[in-house]
This record gives sequence, structure tokens and C-alpha cells, in this order.
Amino acid sequence: MIHTLTLADLTVIRGERRLFKGLNLELKAGQALALTGANGAGKTSLLRAIAGLLRPDAGTIAFRDGDGNLLDERTARGREVHFLGHQDALKTGRTTREELGFQCDWLGHTQHGFDHAAEAFGLQPLLDLEVRRLSAGQRRRLAMGRLIGSPRALWLLDEPMAPLDVRWREAFADQMRRHLDADGLIVAAVHDPLPIPVRTLDLGGLG
Amino acid sequence: MSRPSVQREPRPPGLRGATRVLLERELDLAWSGGGGPLLACGFFVCLTAVLPLAVGGDFRTLGPVAGGVAWLALALASLLSLERLFERDLEDGALDLLALGHLPMEAVVMIKALAQWIAVGVPLGLTAPIAAMALGLPPGLAPLTALSALIGGAGFALTGTLGAALALGARRGGLLIAVVVLPLFIPPVVFGAGALERASSGQSPVPALAFLGAYVLFAAVITAFASAAAVRNAQE
Amino acid sequence: MFGLSNPQRFMAFTGPLTPILWGLAVVLLAVGSWLSFTVPADYQQGETVRIMFVHVPAAVWGLGAYAALGVSSFFALVFRHALADAAARAAALPGAAFTALALFTGSLWGKPMWGTWWVWDARLTSVLVLFLFYLGYMALRASIDDEQKGARAAAVLGLVGLINLPIVKFSVDWWNTLHQPASFLTPGSSGLDPVYLPPFLTMLAAYGVLFLALWLTAIRTEVRRRRVVTLRARQALEA
Repeated sequence: MIHTLTLADLTVIRGERRLFKGLNLELKAGQALALTGANGAGKTSLLRAIAGLLRPDAGTIAFRDGDGNLLDERTARGREVHFLGHQDALKTGRTTREELGFQCDWLGHTQHGFDHAAEAFGLQPLLDLEVRRLSAGQRRRLAMGRLIGSPRALWLLDEPMAPLDVRWREAFADQMRRHLDADGLIVAAVHDPLPIPVRTLDLGGLG
Repeated sequence: MSRPSVQREPRPPGLRGATRVLLERELDLAWSGGGGPLLACGFFVCLTAVLPLAVGGDFRTLGPVAGGVAWLALALASLLSLERLFERDLEDGALDLLALGHLPMEAVVMIKALAQWIAVGVPLGLTAPIAAMALGLPPGLAPLTALSALIGGAGFALTGTLGAALALGARRGGLLIAVVVLPLFIPPVVFGAGALERASSGQSPVPALAFLGAYVLFAAVITAFASAAAVRNAQE
Repeated sequence: MFGLSNPQRFMAFTGPLTPILWGLAVVLLAVGSWLSFTVPADYQQGETVRIMFVHVPAAVWGLGAYAALGVSSFFALVFRHALADAAARAAALPGAAFTALALFTGSLWGKPMWGTWWVWDARLTSVLVLFLFYLGYMALRASIDDEQKGARAAAVLGLVGLINLPIVKFSVDWWNTLHQPASFLTPGSSGLDPVYLPPFLTMLAAYGVLFLALWLTAIRTEVRRRRVVTLRARQALEA
């Protein structure tokens, strides 16, 4: 299981812009990190780089287990990393049940993962609705279902709360707290402060 | 409710399980999104129907070219639904979800190619002998037409998957896929139509079928690596 | 060789080399053309044999340019090197132009020899397919807005094309045996009279040097264009 995430001397360049250079960071089990900064400062790019979806121009990203052993990147990402982007990765023509089921099955689920996920985000009444009938907040809750249905150690969240109303923001904050209590790790790009204890990394940007 | 979220070990779906899960999803999307196979078969039949209207309905004219025309129509019909193969997954972020599963991207693109073959290639392969016979192909050649179309369809699906991956993020993706992919469709069209031609002139179609099969194997290797590279590139 | 992968060193090295290549190309083309027009006409083909001195070198270097494109694509993909990508991109247009010239002259030659502008023989068809490969490469490159992504997608296609060309060529040859072509004298084959070797080889060399000159010029232009883009982006940031 991922215990430590280490970024060393990380540099990402997009097109002609250098988003960040020589970034160093260590995040341990039970810790959360909030990424702040102006739009275009590289919050999303950093999350995508950690998820392995974007190749950094320099530096390394390392995952270590509790004994300090280096984990294989591909295996760690394929088994222990969740990436929740600002798109929900849902197919509008499929039902909530089909989509949540696919997410849990594809990412690897616990025995009652599907039911836990549906319960955690109040998805039961939506299960037989097609995704196109859901509101933005409901879609986000459905996308969040995979965090619960398929337990993985490192959560990479891009503006996770944005489409949620107050009630579900609190519910999600509760899920994040539990994740940290269970020795999980969270890196989240945010505009508003997260309702959980976090370290903050400001990527700055030109505003 | 008091379940800690990380401590319980998730049950990994395993290679077979993950393959099945993704294949089911892809087939569902192929069937529901715009009717995939029906559309392709409809297009195939339309092309077949237009030809006699363009060159005359005389079987003496149509008969000799029936096999070749069937193969041309097959190649064109195979292009139809390629655009949805990756483009929608890129637009709605699902490609990121697919990248973080247990299977490497090489396997994901191969499963997508397999789904494309099952959803489009097989129905087209089964339509091919009917269309070819309607154009005057001797009924005795129908089984060979179906067999070669099924093998060739796998080649079209693989090469088409590659084209769809390359065209990710492009403007007018559908048209671009056609321009990129059609030159690569030449070998299966030549070998497939050649098999029918040899058979109709009394020669053995086996060498042509062997070449066709070799092309499919070759395309499988190229598609796995090149499409995965193209998909990763588009995701960045 | 790899020392040249540094753009500065590349520019410094090719700066004086490019005009030398251009000069050499002009001289070789002049000598080759003179030789082409002074050799006696062929007893079978007549004056049209002279088209071969343009047609075959254009076809050979149209293919050579694709090899350059494919190999550059490989280096661009594996080493992610910007100069290799510029080289692949720069090879496409001259290569397509040479291939188009081969198709055009082939057609000119076909009219008196076969009585028709176009014949579906294996050689012409292969060259046509090569042209289609160039078309696909340039279309893909032009349709992706993100330049870096477009470059890498095009590099994958360039490499795939390089691997696929022999297979397509094989299938076209196989197709040709199936359709029993009329036998005729194939250009550039061993049947060529030794008297035609000097003009032919000179023109072959001339087109090769011409391609190199065009290629290097295009790479240099591409390197400069990128510098301008970078400078403009920097200015926009500072403004």
C-alpha cells in the first residue's frame, strides 16, 4: 500500500509555459495536501503528473510503502491511485447503476463496494436513471462513488467539491476524514479551503 | 457505515475480469451509441444497392466485380463508427479512468479493437456474402466470402483503432481517420478480394487467406503499441 | 551524429553546408540534364526514355524522403527530441513533391508507351500509395491544434507508415501478379542500356543532393520558426 508520495525536483512545462520548476514534496499516510493557485498555475497538471497521465519534463515521482520500499509506478497507479478530474468520466446514455458498477469493477472493488458507494453518496434513488438525467451535483456524487466502492490509498482530486451543495460537501468532507483516518493520502486542487486539516501548497501563477 | 475506507483490501478484478468488464462496457456503448452495427450494415447494404444503379444491373457486368465491390464496401463501412472509439472517452474524462485500471493501455486499446470487431466487423462479415450474392457472386463462394470478411474485419478493426487513436484531439476527426487509415487498409482489401478472385477462377484461396491472417497478426502487434502511445499522447 | 542533435550546433554546422549542397544540386542537375538530352534515343522507347531520368530519381528519393521521415519520427518518439521532430516534419513536403513528380512523369511516359495516361501497374500504384501516406501524415499533423501533441501523433503515424510500406508494397505486387499485367520494358530495371547509365546516375545523385538541400533548408526554417514562437510567447508573458 502507498504510504509515502515523494515528488523530487519536479518540473512541468506546457507548451511555451513553465508551470512549476524544481518542486519537492513529501506526503505521508494520513495526510492531505491542498493545491492552491491561480487558474493555469498548474494544479491540474501536477495532479495528472502524479496520476501518470502527464509525463513531467524533469524530476521524479515516487511511491513508497510503509517500510520505505519503492513501489513499481505502473502497479501503484493501476491499483492504489484514484484520479477524480473535473470531468466526471460518465457516459450519458448509461444508467447510474451501470456506470457505478463499471467504475467499481474496473478499478477493483471490495465485496460490498457498490452498496457502500451508493450509500455514502445517496445514489440509491438514482440507480436506474440514465446519467443524462442527473444534475451536475448528482453526477459528481456518482463519480465520487468509485472512491468508496474501490478503496485506493491515494486520492487525487481536482476541484472535487465544486458542483456539490452544502449537504453533500459535508458528507464528502466526512468521507475524506475517514480516508485519512484509515491511513489514506489526499492531494486536492481547490479554490475554497478544504474542510479538513490540510497542508497547503501554493503554486502561485500570474492570476 | 463505520467502515474505514482503506483498510479493507479491494478485490482486484484480475486480468480476465477486467477484460470482461471493459469488453461488456465497450459493446454496450457500441450498441447503444447510434446503433453502431445496424448503421454500419445499413451503410454496407446502401453501397451495394447503389452500385447496380450506377453501372447497370446486368449480372455480366456485376458478377466479375461482386467480390471486389463487397470488399471495398466492407472497408468503407468499417470506417463508420471509428470516431466514437476514443474521442468520447477523451472528451468526458473516461480515458483517465481507463488509464488507472489494472490493465496497461496496450491491453485497453486491444479490448476496444476486439469490441469494435465484435460490434461492427462480425455483423458486416455476415452481411458480406448476402451483399456479394446480390451482386451476382456465385453462391458457392458465400462461405469463403464470410470467412475472409470476418478475418479481414479483424484487420480493419485493429488498423481502424490505430487511426482513431492517432486522430484523437484532431479537428474533423472522422474524415482524418479515413485519410490516415484507408492506405493502411490496402493489404487486407487486396488479399481478401484476391482470395475471392482466385477461388472464382478455380485456384486455391488459401495463400490469400494466409496473407490476410498474417496481416491481422501484424496489425495486432503494431496497433497495441502505436495506439497506446497515441492515446497517452492525447491524454497529456 | 548525435552531437548535431543540439539545435545550436546543428544550425552552426548546416549554415555553411546548405548553400554548398544547393550549389552542388544545381551543378549536378545541369550536368545530368545535359547528359539526358545528349544520349541517343532508345531504339524501343524513342525519345521518351529521357523521362526516365526524371521519373526514376524522383520516385527513388520520394521513397528515400519517407525513410528519412520515418527514421526521424522514431528518434522523435524515443528520445523526444525536438530537432528529430523538425526533421520529420521537414521531410514530408519535399518527399510528397518528389512523389508527385514521379507520378506526373510516370503518367507522361505512360501516354506514348501504353497509350494511356494511367496504368494500374504495381510500380505506379505503389508510388500512388506512397503519396497517400504523405497525405495522411500531413493531414494528421495539420488537424491537431496542440502542436506538441500533433507532432507526436504524426511521429507515431510516420513510424507505423515506415513499417507498413513494405507490406503495402508486397500486397500491391501480389495484386499485380493476380491481374497479369501486359509485359513491357520496366524503367530502371537491369534492362537499361549501359549508355544510359551516366545520365541516369548523375540525375539520381542530383535529386539526392537536391532533397538533402531542401530538407536541411526546411529543418533550418522550422528551427527558426520555433525560436520565433518561443520569443513571442515570452514577450506575451512579459507584456
